[in-house]
Amino acid sequence: MAFTFAAFCYMLSLVLCAALIFFVIWQVIAFDELRTDFKNPIDQGNPTRAVRRDRASLCVRVCMRISVCLVVPEYSIHGLFCLMFMCALEWVTLGLNIPLLFYHLWRYFHRPADGSEVMYDPVSMMDADILNYCQKESWCKLGFYLLSFFYYLYSMVYTLVSY
Amino acid sequence: MSQPSVGSPANHVTSAPSQPSRYGIQNSPPQGPPAPLNSSVQPGQPSGYGIQNSPPQGPPAPLNSSVQPGPTPPPFNPPSSQTYQPGRQPFGPPPPLRPAAPPTGQLNNAATPPPPAAAKQEVPGAERAHIHNSFDALESGGRNAAQHPPQMGRAVGLSYPSLPPGYQNMAAPPSAPGMQTRSQPYPAGAQSFQQAPLGPAQLGSALGGMSLHQSQPPEALRAINLLQERNLLPQGPVTPPVPCLPQDLQRLNCSPEVFRCTLTNIPQTQSLLNKAKLPLGLLLHPFRDMSQLPVVTSSTIVRCRSCRTYINPFVTFLDQRRWKCNLCYRVNEGRASASQLVHYDGEPHKRPEVKNPTIEFIAPSEYMLRPPQPAVYLFVLDVSHNAVETGYLDTVCQSLLDSLSLLPGDTRTKIGFITFDSTVHFYNLQEGLSQPQMLVVSDIEDIFIPTPDSLLVNLSECKELVQDLLKGLPQMFTRTLETQCALGPALQAAFKLLSPTGGRVSVFQTQLPSVGVGALKSREDPNQRASAKDIPHLTPATDFYKKLALDCSGQQIAVDLFLLSGQYCDLASLACISKYSAGGVHYYPSYHHLHNPAQVEQLQRDLKRYISRKIGFESVMRVRCTKGLSIHTFHGNFFVRSTDLLSLPNINPDSGFAVQMSIEENLVDMQVVSFQAALLYTSSKGERRIRVHTLCLPVVNSMADIFAGADVQAITGLLASMAVDRSVTASLSDARDALVNAAIDSLRAYRSGGLSVQQPGLVAPACLRLLPLYVVALLKQKAFRTGTSTRLDERVFAMCQLKYQPLAYMMLMIHPALYRVDNLTDEGAISIADRTIPQPAILQLSVEKLSRDGSFLMDSGSVLYLWVGRNCAPNFITQVLGVPNYTAIPQTMTQLPELDTAESTRTRAFISWLREQRPFYPILHVIREESPLKASFMQHMVEDRTESALSYYEFLLHLQQQVNK
Repeated sequence: MAFTFAAFCYMLSLVLCAALIFFVIWQVIAFDELRTDFKNPIDQGNPTRAVRRDRASLCVRVCMRISVCLVVPEYSIHGLFCLMFMCALEWVTLGLNIPLLFYHLWRYFHRPADGSEVMYDPVSMMDADILNYCQKESWCKLGFYLLSFFYYLYSMVYTLVSY
Repeated sequence: MSQPSVGSPANHVTSAPSQPSRYGIQNSPPQGPPAPLNSSVQPGQPSGYGIQNSPPQGPPAPLNSSVQPGPTPPPFNPPSSQTYQPGRQPFGPPPPLRPAAPPTGQLNNAATPPPPAAAKQEVPGAERAHIHNSFDALESGGRNAAQHPPQMGRAVGLSYPSLPPGYQNMAAPPSAPGMQTRSQPYPAGAQSFQQAPLGPAQLGSALGGMSLHQSQPPEALRAINLLQERNLLPQGPVTPPVPCLPQDLQRLNCSPEVFRCTLTNIPQTQSLLNKAKLPLGLLLHPFRDMSQLPVVTSSTIVRCRSCRTYINPFVTFLDQRRWKCNLCYRVNEGRASASQLVHYDGEPHKRPEVKNPTIEFIAPSEYMLRPPQPAVYLFVLDVSHNAVETGYLDTVCQSLLDSLSLLPGDTRTKIGFITFDSTVHFYNLQEGLSQPQMLVVSDIEDIFIPTPDSLLVNLSECKELVQDLLKGLPQMFTRTLETQCALGPALQAAFKLLSPTGGRVSVFQTQLPSVGVGALKSREDPNQRASAKDIPHLTPATDFYKKLALDCSGQQIAVDLFLLSGQYCDLASLACISKYSAGGVHYYPSYHHLHNPAQVEQLQRDLKRYISRKIGFESVMRVRCTKGLSIHTFHGNFFVRSTDLLSLPNINPDSGFAVQMSIEENLVDMQVVSFQAALLYTSSKGERRIRVHTLCLPVVNSMADIFAGADVQAITGLLASMAVDRSVTASLSDARDALVNAAIDSLRAYRSGGLSVQQPGLVAPACLRLLPLYVVALLKQKAFRTGTSTRLDERVFAMCQLKYQPLAYMMLMIHPALYRVDNLTDEGAISIADRTIPQPAILQLSVEKLSRDGSFLMDSGSVLYLWVGRNCAPNFITQVLGVPNYTAIPQTMTQLPELDTAESTRTRAFISWLREQRPFYPILHVIREESPLKASFMQHMVEDRTESALSYYEFLLHLQQQVNK
């Protein structure tokens, strides 16, 4: 039983991974909200609720919120993981995370070309292709983070007991 | 945003790399005679290319002559075809649509629906159902009777080398009868098909209800070998196909001018749609100027309780009280309130909502988030040195002064002005001031509104001050030395000024914005203009304009951009301000008040229309469709607020929209699907109104039926919009490949799925025969062409136009109409309001059709060119142009003199008729063979080869190679 740097890394990443899972769930909910919110404006009591509700900037708000509050922290936290595992010489874990790291880098550098910091462009968000893609992406990430959460848990215990 | 490369269901513009192809002209002769499939119908079919010496074979086809006999009902057409039967092939012989060609006298109301009062009678209703084609059938009927002048198809081409061999062989005789046989527009064609004499065998098969593949295919599906048939253009305008609905439903269907679908027969499943390789989408022109529009005032508007669809002609009434929604199939109770009952009057079928596919409701207060806004207009004018040089201020101020009373609005109408150079100037027009007071804000980093209350003033109260300002404005800046231009801060100021109310901002800009936020740098490299490689910089350089546009959209402000500039202005960035705020872009390249008088006139005319046209404020448009279909993408100028809702701060009658659709669930149990577009807006009079359009289309389950209902113009329009998106998100070459692939895929799909008998050559169904031509025209369009020198701004402007123009104008832009006008006759002419308007035939866009001893009019939507040949008949030159001889034609001539001769009257009547058909006045350029404008005339000759692009024939050979692979 030894508390090594690697064990510390795993412990920290466990906590952060929980945060990531939380972020991604938030994203999934936000995209779902965008997609379905207006499809069922069923309100039997008030027939004009569909018109009345002030939703003028909802899409813009959601996109900005996802981009600024969720995506940038998510990418940086994941980058921190990779850095930590590299320092701790945990090559296997690093190898598992490298593809996602490259995907994130690719995503980041292929933002809308007009120099904005917004990852999700509100004007093209409603395009069915893009919305579908984003939804799928966030579901896949959710799966990945969940699996890696358990993997980190296992690895932490393993490093703690193996020395 | 990274575009996922997943092939979308409805998106057939695929980005497969273009296969290397041999573009050399193949000298292989046309393979065999025309396909025998239709030989019984068309004995007189000219066999197209390379039949120099063969005389026209036989009499004109019965296809053509059979229109004339009139009301003879087809022998095999059972009366039961009037009712819709699910199992029936929907494109089966439709019921006799129109017994006989209507007499000439009815032409005046052919373009307008009859008044709603008349809708009760059977006969006007039936006539209205065929508004769009009755006019045309009449026209072609008249033409058929008319003798074609012998010089019609005279081949030229002597002085124009580089025509492919097949084309040079074209001689006069085959072309004239070719025109005759091909002169049937599609819907009339379906009718004439029924009336064509049928052999006993065919009659038997038709009566026996056998599959249509064994009997004659309908006209729309007639297989045409594109390589052999030359004269594909109909003489009149191309008419959209009529959906094969039961007559009583079709009579109620929305006009194709407002609502068109690329496939008038909707495929049952997505896999069927994928197999057909045709894009599925809608083209909308929702706020079109309409002469007859039923308006309903009611305190309650009947809508479906679950999906909020407005009641429309296609709902099913179960009994007096209950109706079934045609979009979500929920059964609704009619009994809602006492007022509604009064309105019902016991007879739900009589309601105007149920009798008209297009209707306008005056909305009650529940449809308002706030009191309806007044009409607010803000003009933002560039007054830097460059702007003053161009002299546009005079024109704009004068036009405004003249049309001030035409601005739509009521007593609450407000108006304001902002000018800017390196600072932003406001004008205090408060009532009581003796003259307008100018306020200069030089802190452009943090713009503020000096006196928020008095900058936007009530037009009727402060009219004198506004007029004073407009008179004085051009002189105020004549000696300015300020060259900088702070567009961004000026727009921010406009946004702040209009935020409380919303309204329309008209920005006049003449140069690249250089200071303050939103400053841009020149990105165009003039040496790269003709590059055959990819065109960079089609995407905006900054997101400032997009963000501002989204803010504007949230505050119900639309920004219209008028760009008058000779230099590069980075329209790709600037256009964002209009694109996402539902404004419009107008571009006048190299505008100058002295050097370019044609542009001045164009601006004056455009402004007159712009100022006086209808406008709707704070509007939203929702497009609903039957359960199972879903909206994939929108095209146009707007901000998409949710999957089916567009936010349109302003709506004007000159903007169109396209919607890509996909099929999410199989439409197995349905015979028809419906689409409904509802536009909620505030009129300039402060009324909240809802304009509802409903379209109903049949569902089919075979490939042949899908192809039979393909609307080639709508497909081209949608493909163009998709290609614009593609060239912005991916690259221009990608978009070009996608266009070519779209043509290849659909023809290949037809070959493998829709064609019953395999034929050699490049076979297309008659309804898609123009697709390759339109695709080649698109590839040579300013927006997508490569290799030809094109300024980046002009390219981007063309892309903007393709995205938001209504289909009718977009088609002219893509494929202009060419007429020979030196021999106009009154034969086949139509008469509208005591004017006789000659109807010359539309010629192919090929230099071969030009002749030195004629003169030709090209109508490219926004510009008219009158090309006068060197040896043009002196009669025409003196009688129409009013000059003694050819050499005396001035270099720039934009008006035809009003001469009192028959030729002049005819020509002017024709030109003014063309002009009346569109909102913006097209300028006429008279050009001689050596005019500088000749190049812009010749660039529209899309069937010819240029140094960098294939000719139409070569393109067909390329398609053939790919399709048959």
